[in-house]
Amino acid sequence: MRIDCPLCGARDRREFSVLGDAAMAVRPEVGADTQTWSDWLHLRDNTAGRLRELWYHEGGCAAWLVVERDTVSHAVHGVSLVGASDAD
Amino acid sequence: MRIEGRGRVDRGTPLRFRFDGREMEGFGGDTLASALMGAGVGVVGRSFKYHRPRGVLTDGSAEPNALVTIGDEPNIRATMQPLFHGLQAVSQNRWPSLGFDLMAVNDLAAPFLGAGFYYKTFMWPQRFWERLYEPMIRRAAGLGALSGKPPEEHYETAFAFCDLLVIGAGPAGLMAALTAAQAGAEVILCDEDAAPGGRLLAEVEDVGGVAGHLWAAGMAERLRGLGVRVMPRTTVTGAYDQGTYGALEQVVPAGVHPGGAPRECFWRIAARRAVLCTGALERPIAFRDNDRPGVMLAGALRAYVNRWGVAPGRRVAVFGNNDDAHRTARDAAAAGLKVVALVDSRPDAVNLAGDVPFMPGWQVTQAIGRGGLRAIRLAGPGGRGRMLEVDGLGVSGGWNPSVHLTSHMGARPVWDPGLAAFVPSEAAVPGMSVAGSARGRMGTAACLRDGAERGVEAAGELGLRASMPDLPEAGDDLLRLRALWAVPGKGRAWVDFQNDVTVKDVRQAASEGYGTVEHMKRYTTQGMATDQGKSSNVVALALLAQATGRDIPGTGTTTFRPPFVPVSIAAMGAGGRGKRFAPERRTTTDALSRAMGAPMIEAGLWYRSAYFPREGETTWRQACDREVRMVRQTVGVCEVSTLGKIAVSGPEAGRFLDLVYTNTMSTLAEGRVRYGLMLREDGHVMDDGTVSRLSAHDFLLTTTTAAAGQVMRHLDFVQQAYAPRMALRLVSVTEHWAQFAVAGPLARGVVDGLLDAPMGDLPFMGCRAVTVGGVGARLFRISFSGELGFEIAVPARYGESLFRALLGRAEALGGGAYGLEALNVLRIEKGFLTHAEMHGRVTAFDLGMHRMIAPGKDCIGKALASRPGLVAEDREMLVGLWVAGDRAPLAGAHLFAEGASPVSENDQGYVTSACWSPTLEQWLALGFLKNGRARQGERLRMVDHLRRLDVACNVAEAVAFDPDGGRMRG
Amino acid sequence: MGFSGWRILREGLTGNRGWRPHWRDPAPKSSYDTVIIGGGGHGLATAYYLAREHGLTDVAVLEKGYLGGGNVGRNTTIVRANYNLPGNSEFYSHSLKLWEGLEQDLNFNAMMSQRGVLNLFHSDGQRDYAARRGNSMINQGDDAVLLDREGVRRMVPYLDFDQGRFPIYGGLFHPRGGTARHDAVAWGYARGADRRGVDLIQNCAVTGIDIEGGRVTGVQTTRGAIRARRVGIVVAGRSSQVAAMAGMRLPIESHILQAFVTEGLKPVIDHVVTFGMGHFYISQSDKGGLVFGGDLDFHASYAARGNLPMAEHVMEAAMTLMPVIGKARVLRSWGGIMDMSPDGSPIIDRTEVEGLYLNCGWCYGGFKAVPGSGFSFAHLIATGRPHEPAARFRLDRFATGRGLMDEEGTGAQHNLH
Repeated sequence: MRIDCPLCGARDRREFSVLGDAAMAVRPEVGADTQTWSDWLHLRDNTAGRLRELWYHEGGCAAWLVVERDTVSHAVHGVSLVGASDAD
Repeated sequence: MRIEGRGRVDRGTPLRFRFDGREMEGFGGDTLASALMGAGVGVVGRSFKYHRPRGVLTDGSAEPNALVTIGDEPNIRATMQPLFHGLQAVSQNRWPSLGFDLMAVNDLAAPFLGAGFYYKTFMWPQRFWERLYEPMIRRAAGLGALSGKPPEEHYETAFAFCDLLVIGAGPAGLMAALTAAQAGAEVILCDEDAAPGGRLLAEVEDVGGVAGHLWAAGMAERLRGLGVRVMPRTTVTGAYDQGTYGALEQVVPAGVHPGGAPRECFWRIAARRAVLCTGALERPIAFRDNDRPGVMLAGALRAYVNRWGVAPGRRVAVFGNNDDAHRTARDAAAAGLKVVALVDSRPDAVNLAGDVPFMPGWQVTQAIGRGGLRAIRLAGPGGRGRMLEVDGLGVSGGWNPSVHLTSHMGARPVWDPGLAAFVPSEAAVPGMSVAGSARGRMGTAACLRDGAERGVEAAGELGLRASMPDLPEAGDDLLRLRALWAVPGKGRAWVDFQNDVTVKDVRQAASEGYGTVEHMKRYTTQGMATDQGKSSNVVALALLAQATGRDIPGTGTTTFRPPFVPVSIAAMGAGGRGKRFAPERRTTTDALSRAMGAPMIEAGLWYRSAYFPREGETTWRQACDREVRMVRQTVGVCEVSTLGKIAVSGPEAGRFLDLVYTNTMSTLAEGRVRYGLMLREDGHVMDDGTVSRLSAHDFLLTTTTAAAGQVMRHLDFVQQAYAPRMALRLVSVTEHWAQFAVAGPLARGVVDGLLDAPMGDLPFMGCRAVTVGGVGARLFRISFSGELGFEIAVPARYGESLFRALLGRAEALGGGAYGLEALNVLRIEKGFLTHAEMHGRVTAFDLGMHRMIAPGKDCIGKALASRPGLVAEDREMLVGLWVAGDRAPLAGAHLFAEGASPVSENDQGYVTSACWSPTLEQWLALGFLKNGRARQGERLRMVDHLRRLDVACNVAEAVAFDPDGGRMRG
Repeated sequence: MGFSGWRILREGLTGNRGWRPHWRDPAPKSSYDTVIIGGGGHGLATAYYLAREHGLTDVAVLEKGYLGGGNVGRNTTIVRANYNLPGNSEFYSHSLKLWEGLEQDLNFNAMMSQRGVLNLFHSDGQRDYAARRGNSMINQGDDAVLLDREGVRRMVPYLDFDQGRFPIYGGLFHPRGGTARHDAVAWGYARGADRRGVDLIQNCAVTGIDIEGGRVTGVQTTRGAIRARRVGIVVAGRSSQVAAMAGMRLPIESHILQAFVTEGLKPVIDHVVTFGMGHFYISQSDKGGLVFGGDLDFHASYAARGNLPMAEHVMEAAMTLMPVIGKARVLRSWGGIMDMSPDGSPIIDRTEVEGLYLNCGWCYGGFKAVPGSGFSFAHLIATGRPHEPAARFRLDRFATGRGLMDEEGTGAQHNLH
C-alpha cells in the first residue's frame, strides 16, 4: 500500500501509522455530556466503502493526514493535511 | 533417458550430481528434473497421504511431485533447480527409502482413508488423541524436514521502483517491455526462469525467422540496451495495494555456497503500471492411476524433449483433448521417440502431428506400472478397448491462463467456455493489465501482438507516446479443445497429485454436503498442497459441478492468494535476522558502562546499565543495595538520556500544554519545573513527566522512556488536529541531549564544581541554562530518587566526557555510578511511578492524582475520565505494601483478604513492583488494591501460585521513605 | 448415523457409498422461534447449544455464503484460557472446558490438541505481567507454569537464545492450551445443530431486520421474509452493517489480520509459541504446515487480504526468534476481518430492541471463544438473562467505564490494539 503524502509524495505504507475514523479530528464541545463524548470516542459507522481516516506520516514529515480510502478496495481517493479542512 | 542430438543443454559441460547417494551425470542448462530424467530416474518422490511413487509431472514451478531436499533446504522443486556440479539431492517423505517406503501401506488402506476420514474417528478414548493418534499422524505427515539449524546463507530484502513492471518474459512480456521501453518508460522485466522466452524455450518454433529461444535471448539483450532491468530467476509472488508487488529472486540456487551473495532476495517493487504476461499452465485429465511415474503433462514432455533433450522413455503416447497435445506427439516423433499413439478424446479431431498413429475418439482409461509406466489401457468408440506398451505418456486437458495475480486483490476470474478455463476479469488489479495467454490469447503471434498492444496502452497511461513496433513473424495456433475432466471408469483417478485427492474424494465430498467449492477444498484438502492447486483446481471444480448438477461458473471460481510460489521465511524476514529485528539504541555512556562491567538491560529499544559491580560483589543485589545506600548517603550519577524530551516553543505553547496535561502548565514560571500527567482520550493515564519552562516561549517536556514515541505522535496529533492555529512548534530532542541524574546529599558539590559559574540558589523544581566547560547545558533540580537531585543535560556528543567528569567528582566524595536496578529501588521507596504502575489501565483516580485534573480547563481525556466506572470506590488503587519476614514480595502476585481462599472471586488486587529496601531494611512493594486508599493498615495475604509465595503484608502509603519530601527539597 | 472407526471400516468395505450429507439443505420456512444471523463458528455453536441446552429447535441459522466461511475458516487455530482480567478470565476458562470433550459431544473430530501454549517474555517487566496473568489463570482454576530461561530452553531448544534482538527471559506456559482443526469445529457444530433439528440455510443474506413497537419481529432476506420472535446477530466482520439494519451504531471497527502457512514439514514445533516482543505466534498443524501470524495491518479494512509490511514484520519476528525455520517456505497467506472493539474484548448482550441480541467484538481472539460464545449467547437468547461467565461482556461498559477489559493496556479506545 502506498499513500500520497501532500508534503512528501507517494510513500510506502510502512512510513505511516493510522488512527482510524477522521471523526476523531473534531472533539465534542467542551461541556458536552459524557454520553456524547462516549459515543464520539467509541461508536463508529465503520463504513464498508469510502472512509475518511487519520494517518500520520510518522516515518516522514510528521504530518497528520486525512486520507479518503475505500475500506473494501483499499483505493485511496484523496489525501489532505488534517488542519487544512478546517483552516477555511 | 537422453535423446541424442536433441535439446539445448550444453553437452560440453557434463555435471556430476547425486540423488539419494547415487552418482549421476547431467549437463549445463539442465534442471535437476531434466537431469534425473536424462539419467533414467523415474521415481523422484512420494505422495503425501498414500506414499505412492511419483515421477515428474511438470516442467515448472507448479510441480507437485518432484520435491527433494538439497542441503538443508526441504521441498525444493526439482523442476526449478538448476543443476550444478556436485549437487546432492535427497528424496523426501519416505521410509526407509524412495524405492521401498513402508508408509505405502496407506495406499492399501485407501478405502478407509478417503476424504475427511479423520473427522469421523480417532475420538475414543478421549485422551488418546494427544497421546497416540495425533503423534502418529504428525510423524506420517509433512514432506521434507528442516535441518534444525539456522540458515548459513544470508538473505536480503530490497526495494525497486519503476514505471512499468512486466511480469513474465515470454513473447507477450518481451513485446510489452520493448514497446514501453522504446517510449521512454523505466521498465522492470521479471521472469522465474533463468532464461527469457517463456514457452518459447520449450518449443521448436521460429519467431521472426529465428528459433524462438534465440529470438527471446536477442530481445532480452536489446531490452537491456534500452535500459530495461531484466531480472531472471525472479518470480513475482504477489500483487498488493497501489501498485506494490512482491518478488522473490533466486540469487544463488539451493545447495550452492553463495560466497558473498545472498541465497535469495525478496523485492518490494513499486510500479506505476504493470502488465501480467505469465502465460498459461497445462492441466491433466483424471483417469485411473494417472499418477504413475512416466505420466506427465504433454507440454512438459515436449519441453523435456525440446529444451533438455530427455524423455521418460523411448515409447511414448500422448493423450489430450486439444490441438496442442498434437504438437507434443509431433515433436516427440521428430526427436526420434517411438510415438505409439496420439490419443485425442475428440472423435472429430484432425491429426496435426504428422506420421504418428492417431486415435481420435479414444481415451486413456488406466496407466499401468507402479514403479514406472509400462502400459496404458484405452477405450474407444463402440466400446472397443486396447492396451499399449509405453514408458511415457503426455497428458493434456487444456491450458489454464495463469490468472493468479489477478485474484490477489479480491477479483475473481471469469469462465471462458471456449477455452474451458478461467480468464482474468477486467481491471482485477488497479494499474495492471494482462497480455497473452495469461488472458487466453493462445498462440505465439497473438501473444506478441497482445503484449505490444498492452505495452502501448501502459505507456499511454504513463503519459508517454508509444507506437506499435513491427511484430516478428510467428505461428498462431488456435487452442481448439473440448473439455474432458475425468475419464469414466473404475479405480482411483488423481486430481490433486501431491495431496492424493481423487475423483472419488471430490464426489464423496459433494455427497456428504460439502458441495460449495470452499467446503470441498477444505474437506478433501484439494488445492492445499505446495502447488496450491495450480494443476488441480479447475479439474476439481468441474468435477464438483458435475457431482452437484451445476455448471462450472455456477459452482464457483478458483481464487488464489499470495504468494504465487512459496517464499522462504528467511527471504521475506531477512530484515529480522539476529539483532536486526529492531534498532538498538545506545546511550552516550554505553561503551564506558560496559567497560565498567555494567550488565545491560533492554528498556524498549534502549540498553541501560543495570548496575556497576565492584570487586567482591557476587550478586546483583549486593551492587544494587550498595548503590541505593550510596545515593541516600553520598551521591550517585546515572544516565537518564533515554527519557523522551520534546521541545515545545512558541507564544501559545503554554496554552497548548494545558490541553495535553491534566494540570495547568501555562502558569508555570520561567525557570521552573512542574510534574505533569497526560491522559488518553479514554480517561486513562498515558504518561507522566516533567515540564520545564526554559523561557517565556520555550518549554521542555520529558516523557518516560517507554512512551516517548507514543507521546510525540499524540502531541503532533493534538496540535495539528485540535490546535492548528496555535502558534507553536514541537520537536523531539531526545537524541540531542545526554542527560544525567546526580542525586544524593552531596549532589550539589558534584554539579557545582563542574559548572562554569556556580548555580547559586537553584530551588527545588527549578531549571536554568548553564555552561559546562564552555558548552551550553541545562540544569534541572528534580529528583526521581527522593534525594537532593539535579539533572544536567549537554549535547549528546559530550555525554561520555560529562559522565566521566561527574563520576570522578562523585567518587572523590565516596559516591559513584548507579544503574537501573538502584534507580528502581529508590523510586519504589518513594512511591514514584513507572509503567509498571501506569500500565495503561489505570486512571488518575487510581493513582490518587485525580486532583491533578485541573477543574477550570479542558484537557485530553478529562471528559471521559469522569465516567462513573473510572472513579468508582471499588477500583483498584495504588498502595504501598510492607512485607514482614524473609520472603521477598513478587511483582505479579495477587492480594487477598487475610484468611480468604486465593481464587478469582476473592481477588483484591495485585503487586506491580517489589524490592528490598536497603534504606528501610524492609521488603517493600507497590500494588493496586480495591478501594486501597481506605484500607491503610489492613493486613492482607499476598499469593503467587506460580512461585509458591504466600505471605502476609500490610497496606501502607505508596511513599515509604521520607514522606514529607524534606530530603529532595533540601 | 454416528461416526466411528467401525463405520469407516464398513463404508470402506462397501465402496464408501453409504455416506450421507452431514447436514440438510433446507429451504427457509416463513417463521421460526429464533433466527441466528451468521453461520460462522459462533453462530453454529449458538444454534447447537440452543438445541442441546435449552431444547429450542425451531431455530434457523442464516448464512450469506457457506457455513464456516468467516473467521472460523481463516485463523491460526489457537485455543487457550490465559487471560488476566475479570470477565475474560472466567469466560475463556468456561470455553476451554467446553473444548475439552467437544469431539465426543459433537461426534466429530475437531482435532483439539492440548499441546500447550508458551508465551515468551523478554524483560523483567514482561515477566512481572506474565506472572500476574499466570496467577489470575490459577485463581480462575486454570493452569499456568512460569518458566525461566533454562526451563524455556528445555521445552523449545530450537529458539535462538543467543543472537536474537530480545533475549528470552522465560515464558508463561499454559499446558491445557493448544490448537484445533478450525474448519472441523464449524462442521461439527453444524452437523450437531442440524441433527437436533436446526435449519442451516446457506446463501441467504439478511437484508433487513423487522422491528415493530421496539420489538423484533423477523428479518428480510435474499430468500424472502422470515418472521422470528428472537433474533441473534453474530456476524463478525459485518457486525456494523447488520446492526445498522436495526438502527444501531456499534463500538466496532473492522480490521484485517493476516496469517500464514508454510509447506508441509516433518514435526519441528510441538507447542504454540508466542513472541512477547513481536506479535508473533506459531504452531505446526497436523499436516506439517507451520501456521503463524502477527499483528493487525492496523488500517480499517473489509478486504480479506493484507499488505507486505506486516507480512514481512511477522517473518522478521520468526527470523529473530527461531531462525531454524528460515528455510520453510510460506505457501499461502490470508486475512480475516476482525471486529475490533475499543478495549479489545467482546460483546454478548441484549440490545435496546426487545428480542434482538448481539454477539460481536471478538477482535483477533474469536476462534478459541467459539464454544463459550455459543453457549453463553444461547443462554442469553433462551433465558433472557446473561450467562454468568459472559456477564461482563456488556455493550454499555464503554459509556459507564465500568468493567473495561483492556488486556493489553494499550488503551480502551479504537486503533490502539
